[in-house]
Amino acid sequence: MRPPAVVITGPGTNRDPDVALALELAGADPDIRLAGELAGDRGALTGAALVVVAGGFSYGDALGAGRLLALDLTVGLGDGLREAVERGVPVIGICNGFQVLTRAGLLPGSLGHNSGGSFVCDWVELEPVPDSRSVWTSGLVDTVHCPIAHGEGRYVHPDPDALQANGGVALRYASENPNGSVNDIAGVCDETGLVLGLMPHPENHVLTRQHPVLDADESRRHLGLALFEAGVRHAVGA
Amino acid sequence: MVEPVPPPLRLTITAVARDPRVRALRTAGEHIGIDVPDGLGVSDVIHVSGDLSDADRDRLTGLLVDPLLQVGSWETPIDHGVEVTPLPGVTDSEAAAVLVAAERLGVPVRAAVTGRRITFATDTPEDDARRFIERVVANPVVETWVFGAATPSLDPVADTRHRAERIPMTALDEAGLAALSTERGLALDPAELVVIRDHFAGMGREPTDAELETLAQTWSEHCAHKTFRAVIETGDGDREPLLRQLRDCTDSIDAPFVRSAFVGNAGVVEYTPGTTIALKAETHNHPSAIEPFGGANTGVGGVIRDVLGIAHRPIAVTDILCFGPADQPLSAIPEGSLHPLRIAEGVVDGVADYGNKIGLPTVAGAVLYDPAYTTNPLVFAGCIGTAENWAEHDGPHAGDRVVVLGGRTGRDGIRGATFSSATMDATTGEVAGASVQIGDPITEKLLIDALVGAEDLFSAITDCGAGGLSSAVGEMAEGVGADVDLALVPLKYAGLEPWEIWLSEAQERMVIAVPPGSVEAMRHRCDRFGVEFSDIGAFTGDGRLVVRCAEDVVVDLDTGFLHDGRPQRRLPAHLPNPDRTPVTRRVDDTSATLLDLLAHPNLRSRAEIIHRYDHEIRGTTVVRPLTGVERDAPADGVVLAEPRDAHGIAIGIGVNPWHGLVDPEWMGWSVVDEAVRNVVAVGADPSRISLLDNFSFGDPRRRSTMGDLVASVDGCTAAAAAFSAPFVSGKDSLNNEYTASDGSRHAVPPTLVITAVAHMPDVEAVVTPRLRTPGDALVLLGRTAPEFAGSHLDMVRPHDGPIGCAPSPDLEAPARYRALHAAMLDGEVAACHDLSEGGLAVAAAEMCIAGRLGAYVERPEGVDATTWWFAESMGRLLVEVPQSDLGSFLKRFDGDAEVVGTVTDEARLRLGDVEVDLDALVAAHTGGR
Repeated sequence: MRPPAVVITGPGTNRDPDVALALELAGADPDIRLAGELAGDRGALTGAALVVVAGGFSYGDALGAGRLLALDLTVGLGDGLREAVERGVPVIGICNGFQVLTRAGLLPGSLGHNSGGSFVCDWVELEPVPDSRSVWTSGLVDTVHCPIAHGEGRYVHPDPDALQANGGVALRYASENPNGSVNDIAGVCDETGLVLGLMPHPENHVLTRQHPVLDADESRRHLGLALFEAGVRHAVGA
Repeated sequence: MVEPVPPPLRLTITAVARDPRVRALRTAGEHIGIDVPDGLGVSDVIHVSGDLSDADRDRLTGLLVDPLLQVGSWETPIDHGVEVTPLPGVTDSEAAAVLVAAERLGVPVRAAVTGRRITFATDTPEDDARRFIERVVANPVVETWVFGAATPSLDPVADTRHRAERIPMTALDEAGLAALSTERGLALDPAELVVIRDHFAGMGREPTDAELETLAQTWSEHCAHKTFRAVIETGDGDREPLLRQLRDCTDSIDAPFVRSAFVGNAGVVEYTPGTTIALKAETHNHPSAIEPFGGANTGVGGVIRDVLGIAHRPIAVTDILCFGPADQPLSAIPEGSLHPLRIAEGVVDGVADYGNKIGLPTVAGAVLYDPAYTTNPLVFAGCIGTAENWAEHDGPHAGDRVVVLGGRTGRDGIRGATFSSATMDATTGEVAGASVQIGDPITEKLLIDALVGAEDLFSAITDCGAGGLSSAVGEMAEGVGADVDLALVPLKYAGLEPWEIWLSEAQERMVIAVPPGSVEAMRHRCDRFGVEFSDIGAFTGDGRLVVRCAEDVVVDLDTGFLHDGRPQRRLPAHLPNPDRTPVTRRVDDTSATLLDLLAHPNLRSRAEIIHRYDHEIRGTTVVRPLTGVERDAPADGVVLAEPRDAHGIAIGIGVNPWHGLVDPEWMGWSVVDEAVRNVVAVGADPSRISLLDNFSFGDPRRRSTMGDLVASVDGCTAAAAAFSAPFVSGKDSLNNEYTASDGSRHAVPPTLVITAVAHMPDVEAVVTPRLRTPGDALVLLGRTAPEFAGSHLDMVRPHDGPIGCAPSPDLEAPARYRALHAAMLDGEVAACHDLSEGGLAVAAAEMCIAGRLGAYVERPEGVDATTWWFAESMGRLLVEVPQSDLGSFLKRFDGDAEVVGTVTDEARLRLGDVEVDLDALVAAHTGGR
């Protein structure tokens, strides 16, 4: 049976179809839901085996990226998301979803404007950090290649070394740091290892032909799909 | 009885680390040679009113201030600075968000305004600060600013519903009519004014302001395409209107895949059964000259709505931008114009902001620099959409409801259609203030969410573009009639005159015709996605357009007169007679010339711009605008494919105004050839190509300009016929002229942008310019001639004496492209690149850069060196072919292909006996030299 995955969106979320495709290819059964509607349908979250907060510009980044959708996920959903994590459900926030999860207090640190000052779309290489607690990068060996597309992706944390020592750093930029993130941190997880946030878009490298440079055989080794497969593996207890 | 209003409060939010906006402002100032004040800082300011307790303020602080990144203060700052706030009435989406968030938190905020605070060192002279703010920071069209702390009004504007005004017109003579047209900015010509006067005289009444404005919009150049519909007087007999010629060309090609051409908002083609593709490209030139960010932003938003307005889901955005040279001193910029750097910065930001936020990849494009674009920048924005089982709506039907969806109506963009139909001068920025439109991509994203998939719930759809509701409802009502009430249109703020509501070009609005039985379902769907739904009246069936504002009838027009009453325009044209004698050039420093070409603003890498556009979203981008192993070489066309499809589409652009200056007819041919060549080069099927035409020219009332336009249509239709590539949609933007203070007029060069959208049968087999394997042969397809007029060689090595001719049409090109495609399908092509600006030398260099490999290219005996390396003759491609396939490859071309060299593993390009290091090529192209 395909594990059900809820993809949470807000007005202006735009990579939900992309991540739904990634989940499907990884073996899950994605269901795209508006955060505003989940508030009245708590059962949807209770039945989820995976939860994704998709990327985009929820609420047009008004008042700062992710702030208003975070409000939906806290004031609106109450403890729904925290309870899902307590049940052992893997949660991933990508790009705007990462911003949302930090604002909602599910992930440590925060994301500021890129040090370069503007929105950047480019391809990056991500190195899975071996001693990370994250279930989403568990078993990953090769680097993951995928695009970034963000203006506010500079990860800040009051004590990044402690975060790393704790296994809280899941992914690091192996190519040039595109946004000034501290310690080249690209993705972080919470203390349970279930919640991952990252700025890059592994959901946009799920087919070999999506890679801008590598031929199919090489591209396959670096698919972003690997993250979703790891998440699904954990969700089904494999 | 008015409640006492508590004094407004203000929260100032400042980044703890350096705010990237500081660097952006500093760079912008340095770019245009302005002294940047020391100690520059930027903060955000949120002004709120409401009875807020300390706990309320703390909760707002908790929401709005990120403690790891920012500090917030409720004190009025006393440091040295200015504050910028939006003018009353300008969209302030941040303020709207504050209200929403405060309500969620239970904080009683009644009103909000947001702004920016710019701080400097205390010893900054006030004049320096003022100059910096005026030139770099604030835009007076949409913003106001003060030294110290701003105290914007948070009071709602009292709602005073105005009535339509009668305009005495029927007794006016021609001089009086002309004065009326000028006074109201109607941009109607004398013959049209007479027809309107006589129409109302016949009805025995005076027109209302709203009726006059409706006619002016509907009959504007922008909406009615009067020039393209005019009979052309050539002095040698009359010729058919240009639009007719383009349509006839498409009809004569009779391509089986064309579903809809030159009808409605966009062209529609069908390359694979069941899936249609909608294509459209638009210009947004005048608005982008005045307010670059807003102009480009809403240009993108508008063309996306065009695709949505023909019931297709938008999937990608394109942009072609023409700017003045970046290296001009500020003193050289004519009064009333912005510096090209500021325009370019704003335009690119505007395109990026809309495309990135709405979630569409901005993929194909071009950026051109020429002095003539300094006062007349051009911004072309395109959109492509798809539909499965396209719902071809046949409404509206009598009884259907007139429903307005999306954004609210404000005073933004009033008279945009007439504004963009006029030429510009030093005062345009001041008088056209209201014409600037403000974009809100998220509202449009929600419109897409609500409309795509709901096609069964409405019978007709169109977007609210130029002319606003008057144009959208007016066009839908043609033949059927409509009766609407403007009092039901939701407004951003009170105080609009009825005609302003009717004409407003406020963005992100669509009009749909909803059968009564579907109204509740559509309303529910819109509620779900957060789209405002307003039922403002009905389609009546009586053929009249009746517009009310509550009890007042403000428009009562016969739709027949509105749409068909305009007198046929006749325009004299003086056709160009260019010299077509080939004249060669002599260049001795081949290596330095090549590097200068690669570094020329029109040829160098576009990486800086492209990386600001999200070109990856949707996961459909297979060939990107940047290609090669280091992703820094230009692609010919881009390729998109839905992740689950084996096939896709290729998009290519052709544009060359420099050829247009010399020979508009041959330019018309060459830009079609270039667009076609670009898609064929990546692997598209040459028998399934559709074209969009976008003309940006000067004032067509000048005979020579009209003649250039006629010649360019001759050229592009001849080429389209030769390639069997039909035009399916187009748009003309005329009057791209600036009148200087000395009365001299400056027009843009003849700028015809052709967009080719073609079928890609197999997206796993795309071809790019990236060289693959040392030892492979390099084959040149096509013929080379000394055709240098308008060439980039002449830009980097100015030439004295007769310029000779522009590149001539190559009638063999269609057969050549078909043969090349067959070779690609058989896997004989390892890499391919089109030859365009800079000729063979530049093409070979770009292939080396893409593959980070070397190449040796020889010059055949007896061929003139400068012509061989740098001529821009049409129809040519450089192809990498494995030696094992060379025999069968060459056989396909019947002598039209020539082995000119090989791929090497050396880190250099050898052009005959000239050598250039690969590093030098890369450095020149990417700006590293």
